[in-house]
This record gives sequence, C-alpha cells and structure tokens, in this order.
Amino acid sequence: MATALKQEEPNNPSPDGAENVVVRFAGDSGDGMQLTGGQFTLSTALAGNDLATFPDFPAEIRAPQGTLFGVSAFQINFGSRAIETAGDEPDVLIAMNPAALKTNVQSVRPGGLVIADEGEFGKRNLDKAHYDSNPLEDGSLAKWQLLKLNISQLTLDAVKPFGLGNKEALRCKNMWTLGLALWMFERDREPIVQWLNSKFAKLPDIAAANIAALNAGHAYGETAEISGDGLGGGHLQHHKVAAAPAEAGTYRTVTGAESISLGLVAGARLAGLPMFFGGYPITPASAILHHLSRLKEFGVTTFQAEDEIAAITAAIGASYAGSLGITSSSGPGIALKGEAMGLAIMTELPLVIVNSQRGGPSTGLPTKTEQSDLYQAVYGRNGDAPMPVIAARSPEDAFYCAIEAVRIAVQYMTPVMLLTDGYIANAAEPWKIPDVDTLERFPVSFMTDKPDGPLLPYSRDEKLKRPWIKPGTPGLMHRIGGIEKGVDTGHIEYGPANHQTMTEIRRDKVLGVAESIADQDIALGKAGAKLCVVGWGSTFGPIHQAVLRSNRAGKDVAHIHIRNIWPLPKNLGELLKSFDRIIVPEMNTGQLKTILRDQYLVDAKPVNKVSGQPFTITEIMAAIEENLS
Amino acid sequence: MNEMTKITTTMKDWETDQEVRWCPGCGDYAILKAVQRTMPDLGADPSNTVFISGIGCSSRFPYYMETYGFHTIHGRAPAIATGVKLANPELDVWIITGDGDALSIGGNHTMHLLRRNLDCQLMLFNNEIYGLTKGQYSPTSRQGTHSPSTPYGSVDRPASPCAFALGAGARFVARGIDIHKGLPDVLKAAHAHKGTSFIEIFQNCIVYNKDVFEEFAAKKTADDTQLHLVDGEPMLFSKGAKGIILNHKTLQLEVVDVVDGDWEAAGVIVHDVTNRSVAHMLVEMQFGAFPMALGVLYDDPRPTFEAAVVAQNIASSAGKKPDLQGLLNKGQTWTVSEDGPEL
Repeated sequence: MATALKQEEPNNPSPDGAENVVVRFAGDSGDGMQLTGGQFTLSTALAGNDLATFPDFPAEIRAPQGTLFGVSAFQINFGSRAIETAGDEPDVLIAMNPAALKTNVQSVRPGGLVIADEGEFGKRNLDKAHYDSNPLEDGSLAKWQLLKLNISQLTLDAVKPFGLGNKEALRCKNMWTLGLALWMFERDREPIVQWLNSKFAKLPDIAAANIAALNAGHAYGETAEISGDGLGGGHLQHHKVAAAPAEAGTYRTVTGAESISLGLVAGARLAGLPMFFGGYPITPASAILHHLSRLKEFGVTTFQAEDEIAAITAAIGASYAGSLGITSSSGPGIALKGEAMGLAIMTELPLVIVNSQRGGPSTGLPTKTEQSDLYQAVYGRNGDAPMPVIAARSPEDAFYCAIEAVRIAVQYMTPVMLLTDGYIANAAEPWKIPDVDTLERFPVSFMTDKPDGPLLPYSRDEKLKRPWIKPGTPGLMHRIGGIEKGVDTGHIEYGPANHQTMTEIRRDKVLGVAESIADQDIALGKAGAKLCVVGWGSTFGPIHQAVLRSNRAGKDVAHIHIRNIWPLPKNLGELLKSFDRIIVPEMNTGQLKTILRDQYLVDAKPVNKVSGQPFTITEIMAAIEENLS
Repeated sequence: MNEMTKITTTMKDWETDQEVRWCPGCGDYAILKAVQRTMPDLGADPSNTVFISGIGCSSRFPYYMETYGFHTIHGRAPAIATGVKLANPELDVWIITGDGDALSIGGNHTMHLLRRNLDCQLMLFNNEIYGLTKGQYSPTSRQGTHSPSTPYGSVDRPASPCAFALGAGARFVARGIDIHKGLPDVLKAAHAHKGTSFIEIFQNCIVYNKDVFEEFAAKKTADDTQLHLVDGEPMLFSKGAKGIILNHKTLQLEVVDVVDGDWEAAGVIVHDVTNRSVAHMLVEMQFGAFPMALGVLYDDPRPTFEAAVVAQNIASSAGKKPDLQGLLNKGQTWTVSEDGPEL
C-alpha cells in the first residue's frame, strides 16, 4: 500500500487498464511456502508493483505431514495500482498437496486458476485430507481452471544431477513452483538466484539444486505455453503486470515486526537515549526481540527475561536508571504485565509496551490475527490507571507509530501501549525509506541540578510531566514506589484529598497528550456524510477500499481511521456527530464501538469478524450497503 | 559492589527524614541501623547507591535510606534491579526482600538473579511469616505453623533460603541475625563480593511470629547454638569445646567434642569459603542436631551478568557505525525514478 499514488484497488482489469492479481501459495508446513511467498514478494516489489501480503500458517511448528491443520499459506496481492489489502479472492492458487487444495480452494475466484501438484495426490494424502475421491479427477473443481502438474516428479528430474537424496531433492519443489510463478508474471530470476547463493553459501550443491529447480519451473512455463498442452483444462497465463506509479525514492519491503523494531531504534535515537528491551518469547511478538538483539551498535541492550513480568519490570528498572525501557508481547503476556504497567503509571516513568495482538482469550489462536486487546490496552489495569494507546495500521505505519509511542512516553513520563497485530507483524509491504534527517527530534533532558528548596520529584511542568532523575545524579537522592505519592514531594501519602488530586493529575496528564497529536482527519469522503465507517489498526486496507468503491458508486460514505486510541483526538467527537450513521468494523466483538459510544454518546454500530482472518473488501461493502438502506 | 571512589560519610548521612513505620520492637529497626552504620565503613556514596525492594514489611526499607530508592511490586525487585544494573552498571544496587517476596511470589526472579549473577546485594529478611498481610504462614514457616490461613497448622514443608540460593547458582551465601553484632561484617563481606551476594537475615516479627528464632538467636545460649563461620578458621562452637567434622564413611557432617582445644586431632573442618561442596552441606545443616551456621557460608566470585552483557554489547558493536539511515536502507532495496524501478 505504500508506494502507489493512485487510490483504487478494484477487481481485475479496470477501464484505465490498471489491474491487480492475487496469488496464493499453499502447501504443507514443511514445504517452504512462507519462503516461496517471501521471495515472490521481493520479485514483485522489484518489478515495481505495489503489493500486500498475508502469511497464514499453523501454530504447530511441524504438524504431521499432509494433514489439514498442517497447511501453511501465503497470499500476495499485487498490481499496477495502489494495493491496500492482501486481496479478497485469489486469482491463482498453487496447491502443493490435497490438504492445501481442500483448505484453500473455496476462496479462489470462480474461473480462477488452480495449479496442483498431482504427484502428491496419492491415496494416502487424499485420505489425510479426507477426500473420498481425487478432486483432480472427479470434476469437483469444475468452476475453476485446473492445471495438474506433477511438480514433485518434475523437481526430482531437474535436480537429479546433484545427487541429493529423495527427501532433500523434494525440498526443492518450492523453488520449482516459484520458478513457474516468476515465468507467469515475467519476472527476473536473478535476485532469487543471488539470494539462494548467499543463503546456501556453505552448501553449494544445495544452492545449485535449488537454482536448477527454479530454472526448470521457469522453463516448464515457457515450454508448456509453446506446446499449448491442456493439462486438465487450465492453461498457463503469461503476462506482465505493469509497475504501479509510485513516488520517487528508495524502497524496500518491510514486515510490521521489522518496522516496529526500526521505529523503536529511531525513536530512541531521536530522544537521545540508549534503549533497553526486555522480552520473553511469545508468538507473534518474538520477532521484535530477534531484530533488536542484532542492533547493539545502536545502543540497544536486549534482555530475554525469565518471564513476561521480569521483561517489563526490568524495562521499568532501566527507564528508572535513564534508558528508554521497552517491552513487547502478545495478549497473554500483556495480561501478565498488567501490575507492572500500574507501577510505571504510579512512578511516572517512560515505557513503551508493544502488543502484537493475536486471537484470544487465553492461548486462543497464537498465529491468527485479531484486534481484541483494545479493552485490555485502554482499561486493563487495576485502579484508575490511564495510559496512552496508539494503533498501527500497516507495516509502514508501524515505523512512525513506534516513534510516536517513544515521543509520548518521554515527553509525558508515562508508559505507552503500541498496538499492532499478527497480520501487521508478519505481512510485508513496500516501504519508502524515510530520510532520517527529516524525522523530528525530541531530545530528553534529565534533572541534574540541585534545587534551592527541597527536592520535589513529583513537581510538574506545563504538560504535568514530572522530572526524570537518574540514580547516580549527585545530591538528588529520593525514593519512588507503587504506594500513592504525595503531591510534589513523592513521599508516601495515604490522605484522601491527596489521592483524589493525584488520581486527577494522572488522568489529566494522559488526556493532555491529545494536545500533542494531530487532529482526526477523514481518510475518504467528507464530514456530514450519510454513513461513516470508523476503523483502527490493520482493518485500514479493506475499509479504505470498500469506502472508495462505494464512493465511486455514488454513495455518500466516509472513512475515519483512528490511530490515537487513547486519548482520542480532540475533534473526533464533533466529527462523529456530523454523520447520520456510524459503523465500526473490528476484528473483535465491538471494542472501539463501545469506547466511541461511551465517549461521545453516538450510535456507533458494530461490524465484527473474529475468524482469525482479516476482513475482505466485499464484507465491508456488504456492511456499508446494509447500513445505508 | 563496584570499584568506586571511597566517600566519607557518617551514619546520619544515610538516614531520611521519613518517619519509620514498622511495629515497635520489629527486628527491621536493628537491620536498618546495621546497614546505616555499615555504609560509611564501606566508603559508599549515597548518590550512587540504590535500594530496591518488593512488597512486604521489609520492603519499606528504601524509604528510610538517604539514597536512591525504588519500592516496587511484590516479588519483582530482582527483575527491576536487573534492568537498573544493565542500564547503569556503575550503580551500587541493594535488594531488600522478605521470605514471601523472594521465595513465594518472586521465587522465579530470585532464582534467575542468582543464576545470572548480577552484581548486587540481596538481603532477605526471613521472619517465617507474612507480616504485612497480618500473619499468614509463609514459604519458610515450619510445618504445623498455626496462622489465620492455617488454623489447624500448615502441612507443607518449608523452603530453606540458603539451600535455594546455592541450588540456583549463588556465588555468595551468608546468614545473619537482625540484632546480632556480627551483621555489619556480613554486610561488608557481601558488598566486597562481586556478583549477587545472598544474605539471609533472621528477623524477629514480634507481632505475628515472636521469638520464632529464639532457640538459636538468644544471647545467653548463643555459644552452644551458633556456629560463627570465619574463612580459614576451624568450625568450632561452645567456646571451642565442640566442632564440625566430615564423617568420611557417611560423607555427612557431624558434631564432635574437642578435647583440650585440640581441634586438629578431632578432625574439625577448617572453613574454606570457596568450597562449594561443604557449602552445600552447611546450608543443609539442620538446627537441633547442629548449631545454626552464621556468617559467610560461601564466597567464590565469578564473572557477573552485567559485565558479560556490556562486553558482548561492545564486542558485537566493534567496527560498526550506528548509522540509522544505513540500517533503514539495509537489505534489498530498489529506487523508483521517472524511468521506473531498478535494483
């Protein structure tokens, strides 16, 4: 979504000739589908197409081979126009076995192309996928174009010269498939060859075999086209999707986990602080810990703690000592950190908490996406414990949201929660790399001078921020803690009037963050429209596209996307009241909807989906239709 | 502790203006005084000293020390201290905790602190009871302890703090008694040790568990009930009339009579603070059949966690520039110009 200047992402060829194609690779979790998808994404980006991806994989690391629950899929939507979603319906499905076919084929566009590796459609695999008869033979796939290829055998033939064992040879299947896909869209193989050579630098035979498979898949496409062989009714398409118009600049692909890590590093540098990151392994948040642990030269110290609580409390300790403390997790881990967030609120120390949301409650759906931790982020602590909350909408946006979270944390001496989700964390998109000199600095100053009067660690500036005093500073010894603080002095204070005052100060300080954030804008449409679709987080893409299409169809619909979940932008209430109707699509059962109703007494209606899959454009359009009538 | 410039202070310099809020007669008062008395002797700098505590009676301690202080949440002081020390390894960090805080709710953090060997002093005030919550039995309470939550007596076996510490990998284990005059020496040894220094202090909770340590803490019987360990000295008690030996057949410690002061003839062990095997036996020595072992049970430093982290941070940064623009541009990039994209 990052590159294209144009706004529209309709279904295939449109009057202006712009088009987009949705391809899904599906196979066993051991078939290397995520790798194949990742490399296809790179080649797509290099071809100048705009793109969005959706990796969808099981929670099991190596589920039993051939089973339905072991299917791993990677979907990419690319085109010559702006792309904001991973696409509703695949135009092309590449299914590496019966289980992959069964779990994915129903979402393919009628008339779309289904390529299946018939070498894997033996009785055993058909049984595992609960097929009574072979779908490649029984006519049940009639509404799609079917292309049966014995990819397994073709791969074995291609890598034969390298003397690999059968199992190792078959592992090159994904590269054969990738080669075919590259041919289909007229892509250059060279970057993939380079990547294979560097990935297998120490195993030249494996590199050579994979390259041979890649070339063989590519060559197969050419030959099949020449021969015009039917191969089960379908035929191989071969055409180039034109580059999407894009702003000039340097680009790379980035996943949300990468961009959050980069944004946090950038934020720490803009603040002029060393970073301390405390983490505990959890899906899908671990990737941030992995990225940051390689960036020590940027003043980053990473700490894999004994548990989620130690991860956040160590980060609080580091902030107390003058570093930028950061911790990250997913819902269950965030729940464990709750008490410590209260401590950071009470002691008014800066802290960034990244929550990569996943399906819940409890362990829930660890590898599937959901937006169901909004209440947890805004309300999920004991006592009146206000905390700013920001939600990223895409991998690109996550970079800037991370910087914003750091800014608020240090400028207001408060913990800040940054919400992302499993979809953003894993999805890749092209990213126009910013010029770091254009990023605004917000240098931190510590209190170092002894005051004339008594030291007041809980005195405040105009933002209600207290001073940040590092231990080790001569003469400024003081004590802080989780017990209620006296106004200004910070001493233990149980007095009723004091608690009332301090509770109000903590509330007002966080509400005051709204003074430093941008006014709410309207992403599409205008104030006063008949219907406004309000969203947050990773639902941006499908909502934006759905509203765009509705507008083109002459409907009076607006789109508002909220990035600052708490405090909400100051003008939001007035803006919302201008619309006749409001719907709030969310991947939960209506959490932002509740907050909007509570804050503004507006009749916001929920549109909910909690299947672990992102919204499709069609679903949002249906909701718009329903609420306009 | 750190290599630091010695600072001249008096005991007064370590006292805050805060009213001390422990029960009259609480053992914590004695420990507070012992610490405030010891700090000047260490040449410690109040500006560079941080007291970090969890929750419980003992954890109010930082409010009464004129240093930097952080009264945190229940059980988490070791984790907070880890972040503090990693962010600034120059700070002199003391952790104040209790039997419930360190061994029940915070047992996990205590274990990992010791395993990692963060350079700090951890003082565990053991009173074998939950005082601040009004007297429930704790993880160190003896079996059969009657408390509001165990009206018929507790049925679970207690944890042994020093055995736990050693098992978790502690490189310094010591024991003291709140009102004992030897406590400052234990604190000094702990401070001199580089790494996590684990100190169990028997602390008398006069309200909920009064005199629970009286059998070995009472002054008048101390000669017979306490074994004061000194590195390089024989393990003698009862004014030298008794000693500790290792039975070479059973491979267990035993108490022997020492005749005419000839402890060598009796085979009494000479305390070697670096002997980990003997340390394991000392922490398992049950009071009753044996005296209570006090002082430094074990002291054998090895590299600290924060030093290793800092060393790795430096080594892995060597020759690399913190070039943010370069970092953002890493990996395969392409440039879009008017002519379209190119590698």
